[in-house]
Amino acid sequence: MSAEVSVRPAGPGIGSRFVGMLGRSRELTLGGVIVLLCAVVSFQAPHFLSISNLSQVTTLAAIIAIAAVGESLVVMTKNIDLSVESTIGLVAFVVADILRQKALPGPAAWAAGIGLGLVLGMANGAIITLFRVPSLVATLGTLSIFRGLDFFVAGGHEVNLADLPPGYSDAATQSFFGVPLFVILAIIVVVVAALVMRLTPFGRQVYAVGSNAEAALIIGIRSRLVIFLAFAVCGLLAGVAGVLWGMEFGTIYATSATNVSLQVIAAAVVGGVAIAGGAGTVVGAAVGALFLGLINNALLLLQMPQELLQVIYGAVILVAVSADALIQRRERRLTAQGAIR
Amino acid sequence: MTGAPVPGSGAAAGEAARPEAVRRLLLQRASGLLRWETLLLVVLALLVVEGTRLSKFFLTGPNFANLVSAVMEVAIVALPMTLIIITGEIDLSVESMIGLSGAIVGSLWAAGIPIEVGIVVVLIVGALGGLFNGLLVTRLGLPSLVVTLGTLALYRGFAQVILGPTAISSFPAGFTAFGFGNIPGTTIPWTLIVFSVLSVVFLLVTHRTWIGRQVFAVGKNKDAARYSGVRVGTLKTALFVVTGMIAALAGVILAARFSSARADNGTGLTLVVVTIVLLGGVDINGGKGTITGVILAVFTLSVLQNELRLAGVSSEYQGVAVGLLLIGSVTAPYLARQARSYSDRARRGRQPPAGSVERGEVV
Repeated sequence: MSAEVSVRPAGPGIGSRFVGMLGRSRELTLGGVIVLLCAVVSFQAPHFLSISNLSQVTTLAAIIAIAAVGESLVVMTKNIDLSVESTIGLVAFVVADILRQKALPGPAAWAAGIGLGLVLGMANGAIITLFRVPSLVATLGTLSIFRGLDFFVAGGHEVNLADLPPGYSDAATQSFFGVPLFVILAIIVVVVAALVMRLTPFGRQVYAVGSNAEAALIIGIRSRLVIFLAFAVCGLLAGVAGVLWGMEFGTIYATSATNVSLQVIAAAVVGGVAIAGGAGTVVGAAVGALFLGLINNALLLLQMPQELLQVIYGAVILVAVSADALIQRRERRLTAQGAIR
Repeated sequence: MTGAPVPGSGAAAGEAARPEAVRRLLLQRASGLLRWETLLLVVLALLVVEGTRLSKFFLTGPNFANLVSAVMEVAIVALPMTLIIITGEIDLSVESMIGLSGAIVGSLWAAGIPIEVGIVVVLIVGALGGLFNGLLVTRLGLPSLVVTLGTLALYRGFAQVILGPTAISSFPAGFTAFGFGNIPGTTIPWTLIVFSVLSVVFLLVTHRTWIGRQVFAVGKNKDAARYSGVRVGTLKTALFVVTGMIAALAGVILAARFSSARADNGTGLTLVVVTIVLLGGVDINGGKGTITGVILAVFTLSVLQNELRLAGVSSEYQGVAVGLLLIGSVTAPYLARQARSYSDRARRGRQPPAGSVERGEVV
C-alpha cells in the first residue's frame, strides 16, 4: 500500500484511489465478519441458516438497506439525514390509510407513498441548501415535524391489517427462486445506485462535494444542487422503504419505525461510508444493513436479551468509525513517509 | 451595551473624535449581539400578553411553577450544550444519559441503596459517559456528531439492559418533592433554584473568565486558538464531561418529577435542548452566542409550550412546534443577514461615498 501511495505523493488521484481501496477493503472485511457471525450462530442455533429464517432476516434487512442507500448518498456529501425514520413511518401510514379508505388502487397508493417520500426529501434539501441550515439541525427539526404530521394523519388511530384490502402484505412473503421479493428489490436499488455513483457525473460530483466542497465549487460543480438531489433521492428511497415497511408489518401505528434512523445511519457507517464525507459505497451500506439485521436475528435465536440491541448498534457505530480513524491515521503516516522518500 | 449611546451622540462632536473603524465595530456589536436577545425579549413579552388573553390562570403562581418546572431538565442541559456548540461540537447523547441516569438511580433505590448515594453514583457515571464522548472526539479526532450518535444508542441501550421493560416508581416522598414540589410557602419550584444557580455559574464562567474566552477562541478558529496556547483537546473533553454530569443530574430531576424511572425516560429531549440553544442565538457553526440568550430562550420555550397546552394542542403536535422553532431560529438570522446585505448593497449603489451616514441609519 505504501509503495503505491508513494509513487504519486500529491494530486487528486490519491484521494479517490485511497477511498476506493478503503471502501473495497471495508466491504470485504464486513463480508468476512458476516460469514464468521453466521458460522458461530448456526453452530449454536441450527435454525439460523434455514430458508425461512434467512428470508425473514433478509426481508427486513432489505428495507433498511434501501433506506441506507439514500442515507449514504447524503452522508457522502458530508451531510446527514436524521429524519428518514419519520419519512418511513409517515409514508407507511399514509399508504395504509389510502388503501383502507380505498381511495386509490394498490400501485397508485404505492406511487403516492414514494412521491410523498420524494417531497419530504426535497423539503429537507430545500431547507438545507436555500436557507443554509446545517443538515443536522434541519433534519433534527424535520424528524420531529414529519412525525408530528404522522400523528396528525393518524389522529390517535392505527391501521390494522384487517382494515386493508386482502393480499396487501403478500408481497412481503413472496419470493422468486427462493429469493424474497424485497431482497430482489433491494438488489435492484443497490445496483442502480452503484452504477449511478460509478458511471454518471452526478455520482462523481457527490464524492467531490463531500471530500472538498470548496474545490468542487472551484471546478464548477453546483454543490448545493448536488446536495439537494442527494436529499431528494434519500427521501425517495425512504419512501420506498416506507411502502415496504407497511407491507412487512401490516399493522401501522403513528409511532411506526421510531428509532430506525439510527439503524439506517449505522448501516451506512458500518458499511464504510465516511461520516466526514467523500468516501464509501452504496454496496457497503447495503452490506452494513445485512450485518445489523443478522446481529438482530442472532440475538433472538441465541435467546439473548433484546435490550442488548441498542448497545450493539451503538458499539458497532463507534467501533466502525474508530477503526476508520485509526486506519486513516496510519495511512497518512505512510503517505508522509512515502513523500519524504 | 456601550453601543447604545453612540448613535445618539454620533451627529455631535463625538463622531469626529472617534475613529470610524471603532465606531463601526461598536455599532456592529450593538446590532449583532444585542439585537437577537432584544428580539427574544420582545417575543417573550408578546407571548406573555397572549397567555393572559388565553387564560386568566396564566399569570398565576401555580401556572408559573407548572410551566417552569416542565422544562428544567432540558434547561440545565442547555447551559453546557451552549458551550459545546460554541466550540463547534455537538452532543446528541444527552437524552440517553438522562434515561441512563434515571435508570441507575431507580434501580439502586430499588436495591435498597439510599437515594443520595444513587445521585452521587449517577453524577460519576455522567462524568464518565461525557469523558468517553470527549476522548473519542479529541483523541481519535472523530466528528462529535457520529460519536454522540453512537453513544446515543449505547447509553440508551445500557438503560434498557439495566431496567428492561419495568418502571421503578416507589421513590421516597422527599425525592419526588424535589422534582415537582415548590419551596414551602412559595410557588417557586426547587428545580428553578438548581437552574438559577447553574445559570449564574455558567454566565460568569462563559463571559467573565479565561475559560469562556478559550471556548470562544476555539469556536472562532481552532488552529489559532491552539497556536496561542489553548489546550483545545482538554478544553473540549472537559466540556463533554460537564455536559454528561449535568445530563445525569437532569435524569435525576426527570425521574423525580415523573416519580418514575423508565428506560425510555428523556427520549426526544436532545431536540429540545438543541432548540433552546439555537433559539438563544448561539451560532450552530460555533464561535458566537451568549448564556443570557439561552436563558431567555428557556423561558420563551416554556411559555410557548404552556400556551400550546392551554390552547389544547396535544404533546405530539408540540414536537412540530419545537421542530419549526429549531429550523426557524437558524433560518431567521440567515434571512435577516441576506436582507441586510441586499439593502446595504442597494443603498451603497445609490450613494457610494456616504459611509458614516449610512451606518448610522442602520442602527
